[in-house]
Amino acid sequence: MSLHSLSAWTALFRHKKFFSASEDNYLIGAFMISFHNITLLSAGGDALHSRNKVIIKYLCLLVSAGGFVYCSTCGYYSTVTNKRITIMKSLSQCAAERILIIDGAMGTMIQRYKLEEADYRGERFKDYHLDVKGNNDLLCLTQPHIIEAIHKEYLEAGADIIETNTFSSTFIAMADYDMQSLAFELNVAAARIARKAADEYTAKNPDKPRFVAGAIGPLNKTLSLSPDVNNPGFRSVTFDEVVNAYYEQIKGLHEGGVDILLIETIFDTLNSKAAIFAAKKYFRDIAQPELPVMISGTITDASGRTLSGQTLEAFYISVMHAKPFSVGLNCALGGEQMRPYISELSQIAACNVSCYPNAGLPNAFGEYDETPDHTAHIIEDFAKEGFVNIVGGCCGTTPDHIRHIAEHVKTLPPRPLPVQVEELA
Amino acid sequence: MSETITSADTLQAPETKVIKPFLRLSGLEPLVVRPETNFINIGERTNVTGSKKFARLIREGLYEEALSVARQQVENGAQVLDVNMDDALLDGEKAMTTFLNLLAAEPDISRIPVMIDSSKFSIIEAGLKCLQGKCIVNSISLKEGEEKFIEQAQICKAFGAAVVVMAFDEHGQADTEEKKVSFCHRSYKILTEKVGFDPQDIIFDPNIFAIATGIEEHNNYAVDFINATRRIKELMPLTSVSGGVSNISFSFRGNDVVREAMHSAFLYYAIKAGMNMGIVNAGMLQIYDEIEPELRELCDDAILNRREDATERLIAFAETVKSKGKVIEKDETWRQGTVEERLSHALVNGITDYIEADTEEARQQYPRPLDVIEGPLMAGMNIVGDLFGSGKMFLPQVVKSARVMKKSVAVLTPFIEEEKQKLVALNGGVVKSAGKILLATVKGDVHDIGKNIVGVVLGCNGYDIIDMGVMVPAEKILQTARQEQVDIIGLSGLITPSLDEMVNVAREMKRQHFEVPLIIGGATTSRTHTAVKIAPEYEHGVIHVLDASRSVTVTGSLLNKALKKTFLDDVKIEYQKLNENFRNKKPVKQYLPIAEARQHKAITDWSNYKPVVPKKLGIQVFKNYNLADIAEFIDWQPFFISWELHGKFPQILTDEIVGQEASRLFEDAKAMLKRIVEEKWLTANGVIGLFPANRSADDTISVLSPKPGAGAVHLECLRQQIKKAPGQPNFSLADFIAPAEAGIQDYMGAFAVTTGGDIEKWLEKFKEDHDDYSSIMLKALADRLVEAFAELMHKRVRQEFWGYASEEQLDNDALIREEYSGIRPAPGYPACPEHTEKYKLFDMLDATENTGIILTESLAMYPASSVSGWYFAHPEAKYFGLGKIEKDQVEDYATRKGWTVEEAEKWLRPVLEYDM
Repeated sequence: MSLHSLSAWTALFRHKKFFSASEDNYLIGAFMISFHNITLLSAGGDALHSRNKVIIKYLCLLVSAGGFVYCSTCGYYSTVTNKRITIMKSLSQCAAERILIIDGAMGTMIQRYKLEEADYRGERFKDYHLDVKGNNDLLCLTQPHIIEAIHKEYLEAGADIIETNTFSSTFIAMADYDMQSLAFELNVAAARIARKAADEYTAKNPDKPRFVAGAIGPLNKTLSLSPDVNNPGFRSVTFDEVVNAYYEQIKGLHEGGVDILLIETIFDTLNSKAAIFAAKKYFRDIAQPELPVMISGTITDASGRTLSGQTLEAFYISVMHAKPFSVGLNCALGGEQMRPYISELSQIAACNVSCYPNAGLPNAFGEYDETPDHTAHIIEDFAKEGFVNIVGGCCGTTPDHIRHIAEHVKTLPPRPLPVQVEELA
Repeated sequence: MSETITSADTLQAPETKVIKPFLRLSGLEPLVVRPETNFINIGERTNVTGSKKFARLIREGLYEEALSVARQQVENGAQVLDVNMDDALLDGEKAMTTFLNLLAAEPDISRIPVMIDSSKFSIIEAGLKCLQGKCIVNSISLKEGEEKFIEQAQICKAFGAAVVVMAFDEHGQADTEEKKVSFCHRSYKILTEKVGFDPQDIIFDPNIFAIATGIEEHNNYAVDFINATRRIKELMPLTSVSGGVSNISFSFRGNDVVREAMHSAFLYYAIKAGMNMGIVNAGMLQIYDEIEPELRELCDDAILNRREDATERLIAFAETVKSKGKVIEKDETWRQGTVEERLSHALVNGITDYIEADTEEARQQYPRPLDVIEGPLMAGMNIVGDLFGSGKMFLPQVVKSARVMKKSVAVLTPFIEEEKQKLVALNGGVVKSAGKILLATVKGDVHDIGKNIVGVVLGCNGYDIIDMGVMVPAEKILQTARQEQVDIIGLSGLITPSLDEMVNVAREMKRQHFEVPLIIGGATTSRTHTAVKIAPEYEHGVIHVLDASRSVTVTGSLLNKALKKTFLDDVKIEYQKLNENFRNKKPVKQYLPIAEARQHKAITDWSNYKPVVPKKLGIQVFKNYNLADIAEFIDWQPFFISWELHGKFPQILTDEIVGQEASRLFEDAKAMLKRIVEEKWLTANGVIGLFPANRSADDTISVLSPKPGAGAVHLECLRQQIKKAPGQPNFSLADFIAPAEAGIQDYMGAFAVTTGGDIEKWLEKFKEDHDDYSSIMLKALADRLVEAFAELMHKRVRQEFWGYASEEQLDNDALIREEYSGIRPAPGYPACPEHTEKYKLFDMLDATENTGIILTESLAMYPASSVSGWYFAHPEAKYFGLGKIEKDQVEDYATRKGWTVEEAEKWLRPVLEYDM
C-alpha cells in the first residue's frame, strides 16, 4: 500500500472541481492515464466508493502497471484484469448519443424455469412456515444463478440498463410472505447479482458500458386510496411507513452498487413521492451525491389516468421535483395503447423520456403474445417520431423482444432534450 | 444496412422543444399558471378560521358535509382549494389528515390542487403527507429567523410543493411598500440560492390589510400592496403574487354587497399590477363592470386612497344597503328531473347531499322498498359500470358512487327489514336473507381491492357477505361454502396464475357436487377465459362479472328463482359461442412434442454408473412394527398445520400468539401418543420389496416380479413436456433407472406401510363419547405415525436392506429436510400422477395381504393412514412435478397401458394440457 498515492487520490477526489466533473468520466480516465503507476486507490469514502464501483473498476482497467484496486470505505477490492486503456462514458453521455435500451420482463423469464415451491425455498428456507412460491424477489437469495442468467440474457440481447430483481423488496410488500426482515438483504443481493453481470459485459465491450437500475416497485398498499369503501378516509399504511420502507430498499440497492434508482410502475403518485422523499433523505443522511433517478408511471386504461386518478401531465408535475434523469411509462398497456401518452410526455417532459410497454395487451389467458418484431416496430415508430430516449419492455417481453427493439432503434437519434428557458415570454 | 442508414438520414431531426418556467401545480389534473392565465381563484371556505360553518362541521366530525363545502367551492370555479384547520379546539394535524384523505376520494374536488394553509408547520407536514399532487404550502416566512425558514423550505421542496412566502421578517409583518418589496426579495434570495428552490415555485403574499377602518394609517394599505406587487414582479418575474382578498373589506363584515364590490375593485387593480392568484370566496365575486356605478366609484376611491373622505362615504353608502344574504347559485338543474333521474345523477356524480330525501321519495312511489334498489338504483349503478368500463370514470369515482348507493340502501334497510318481519310472521317465523355470498381471492394471490369493492357493493344490496380474504386455498373456500350454506361463490384474482387456480376451484366444485353458481372477477379474468376454461368445468353456472357494479345485477338474477334459469341459459349459450370462436383460433403452444421431450432426459451418461446391488432382493414383511421406534421419526410440523397452527416446530411452542395453544396441544398429543404406543392402540404393518429393474423404453421401467414365473412388470411413466430453459431436462421417473442398452443391471424398490390398523374401534369409542377432539387427535397422530413409518423404512432400506447409503448419518431434522440420497415418489402424486400404477405396486408386494391396506375403486388407500410408493436410488434422482402433457403423450401412454385414448384421458384429466 502506498500512502503517498492514497493521500494524493484522496485529495484529488475531494477536490471540488473533480466533484463537479464526477458525472464526466472522461476526466477520470484522463487522470488515470497520467498516474499509471498507482496500485492503490481510495475514493476517500465520500466521493466514489459506492456511488460508482463501476468507475473504480474501470479506473482499474486503466492502470497499465497492473496491481489492484481497493476502496478503504466499502472494502471493494479488485485485481487488474485488463490492461487496455479505456474511457468509460457516463449514463448521460450515452443517453445523449443514442437511444438506450432497458431490459424486459423478469417474471416472464422466471416462469420459463418452472420453479416449484422447493426451488423458491432453496436450502435456506426449506422449513419456512409459509409457501413462498411466487416470491420472485426471494430468488436473489435462493436461486441467484437463475437471476444472473436472466440478466445476462438481456445484456446479451443488447440492454444498456438492467433492472435489479427487487420489484417487491420492501418490508411492506414482503409482509405477504412474512419476510419483512429480509428486505434489506434482498436488495443488496439483487444489486450485487446485477452489478456482477453488467460489469462482466462492460468488460467485454467498454465502448458500451452497462448500467444497473435498482428497481423500486409501487408497493401493495397505497397512500391515496382507501381499501375500505365505507371509510374513504382510511389508509392501510402511513406516509412515514412508506418512506421507511423505501429508505431501507434504497440503502440496500445503493450498498449493492446500483447506478440508477428506478421508481417504476407507479399507480399511486403519493407512493412514488414517498420514494423520492426517501431517496433525497438517504443521500442527505450519508452526505453523498444523489444517484440519477428514473421515474416510470403506469396509465392503467383508456381513461389515460393513473390508478389514483391523475392525468399524465398532473402525474409528471407531481414528480418533477425529483429532477429525474428520465420520466416515462411502463406496464398495463402495450406499445400501441401507450402511443398517445408517450407522445404527450415527449412534449412536456424536461428530462429524458422512457417507454417500456408490455408485450401488447394480455389475451384472454393473461398471456402476452405480441411478437418481438411487432413490439420492435411500434417502438421504432416512437423513435422515428422523436418521442423517446430509453426503450425496453415490461410484462411478457423477452430477450428476443429486447434484441429486436435494440436492432430497430440503433440507427435512430434519441429525442433531443428540451431547452429550459428562464423567461416567461 | 446502408438502406437503414439512408432512411435514418432522411428523417428530419426532431424539433427541439422549449420548456418555460411556469408555475405548475396538480391535483388529479394539471394547473399550469401561464402569463395569459390571468388570475387563479383559491377557494377559501374550507378554512376553519374564516368559515364558522366549516369550523362547526369539522369540530362535530361532519366531514361528509364539510366535503360539500369543498365541492361547492370547486363548482363555483375555485382552481385551488385552500384548506385550513387552525383551531385551538381541534387536533389540527389529525383534522388536516382526515379531511385531505377524504378529499382524495372525491375526484371532482381533488382534481384541483390543494393549498395547505396553517401557521403551524406540523399541520403543514401532516398535509404534505396526504397529497399526491403538487400542492402549495401556505405559508412559510422569515418570522422565526433564517434557519427555521430554510429548514421548512427544504421540507416543502422534498415534497415538491410550491410555497407561499409571507412578507415577514424577524421583527414583524411588512406594512409599507418598501418593506414588502425588501422582505420578499430577501426571502427570494435565500430560497433560490441556499435552498435551491425554482423561482416559479415561489408565491409571495405581501399582506393584504383592511382599509376603510377609520384609522388614517390604514388608508394606504391597498395602494402599498398594489405598488409592491408591481415591483416584485419586475424584480422577480418568475414568481407569483397572492393574498387573502377578503381581508381588504374586514371592516364591512356582515355587509356582503359592499364586501363583494370592494373585492372585485381591489382585484381589478391588483391583477393589473401583477397579482396572479388570491384566496377568495369564488362564489362571492362580481364582475367589476357589473358593480353598481356609484358603489364602484366609492370602492375605487377607498382602494386607491384618492379622497380623504373615501372611508366616510363608503360607510355612509353601506348603511343604505341591506345585506340580503344572496342565494349561492349552483348548477341544480338536475334537481328538476324525475326521482329516477335524480337518483341516477346522484349515483353517477357521487353526490350524497339529497340522496336520503330522493330515496324516501322513490320508496313511496314503488310498491316495495327492494324495488327501489333493483330499479332506479341498479340502473344508476349500471351507468357507472358502463362509464368505468369505457374509461370515462375512474376508480375513486366508482368507489364514491358505491357510497351513495350505500347511503341510499341505508334509508331503505329499515323498510326492507320491516317487510321481512311481516313475511317471517306470515311464514310462521322462518327467516330468509337476501342471500349469502362467499368472496375470496384465490390461493397464491394477494390482490383484493376489487374484491373488497364487490363485497361492499353487494353488502349494500342486503346480501350477507362472507369475505375470506386473500390467498384462500380451494379446500377452504369450499369447506366454508358448505358450512355456511352460501348461495353464490365469488372468486377474484389479479395475477395470471390465479386463472388456473380458478379453474381448479371450478373442478373441485364439480367433484364435490356443488350446485351454487360461481362468479369470476378480477383484473386478468375475462369473459373469454371464463367461457373457455372455467365454465366447461362446472355445469351449475359460471359467470364472469366485469366489475363491482355489475355484480349486483348478476347476483340479483342468480338469486331470483324466476330469472335464474333463463339467465343461466343465456350465459351458457353466449359462452358456448365464445368457446367455439376461441377454438377456431390456435392457442400459443409452449410444449414440446413427446419425441423431442424424450431427447432431454435427466440422466444421459450411464458410463460411470455402478448401481449398488441390494443386500436383500425380494419382498420383506413387517407386522406389528414397534410403534415406539416409529414415533421417533415423527415430523411434528405438519401435525400443527393439521390443527391450523402455522409456524415452525419447535419454535411454534413459544410463539407469542399461538405458543400457549400449541404447547397445550403438543402436551395432549404426547400424552395420547404415549397411550397409543404403550397400549398398542394402533397396528403398524408394512411391506417392502427390492427388485432388478431396467429402463426398457423411453418411459417404461421393466421390473422383475418376485412372483415365480410372472416375468417382468412394466411400469409406465410420464414425462414433462413443457418447454424448458436450454439445458434443463424434461423429467420422467424412468430417467432414474439405467437403460437396458447401457448393459448395467439396475434396481428399484416399492413399499406400502400403514398405521391405521385398529383405528376404527377407537374412533367409534370417541364418537360415542362425543369426543371430537380426541377423534381428530388420533387421526392426526396416525397420519404422523404412518409418515414416520415410511421415513423409517426408507432409512432402513438405504442403510440395511439395499445398503446403498450405509454410511449415511442423518438426524431426524435432516431426514425431514430430505437430505438423503434417492427418492420415494408415490403414484398419484406430482411426479407420477396416474393412480392406476398403484395396482402394479400392490400386486408386486401383495400389499393387501401383507399389510391390510385396501385400494378403493378410486385408488385411495384404506385405512387412510397408509403410504405407498417407489424407491429410486440414483444420486441424481429428485422429486419433480409432471406439469401438463400433450395429446401425443396421452396417445402413447394409452398404447402402453392397453387403454383407449378416452380411458387414458379420464385418468390423466388433471394433467391434460388440452381440453377434451
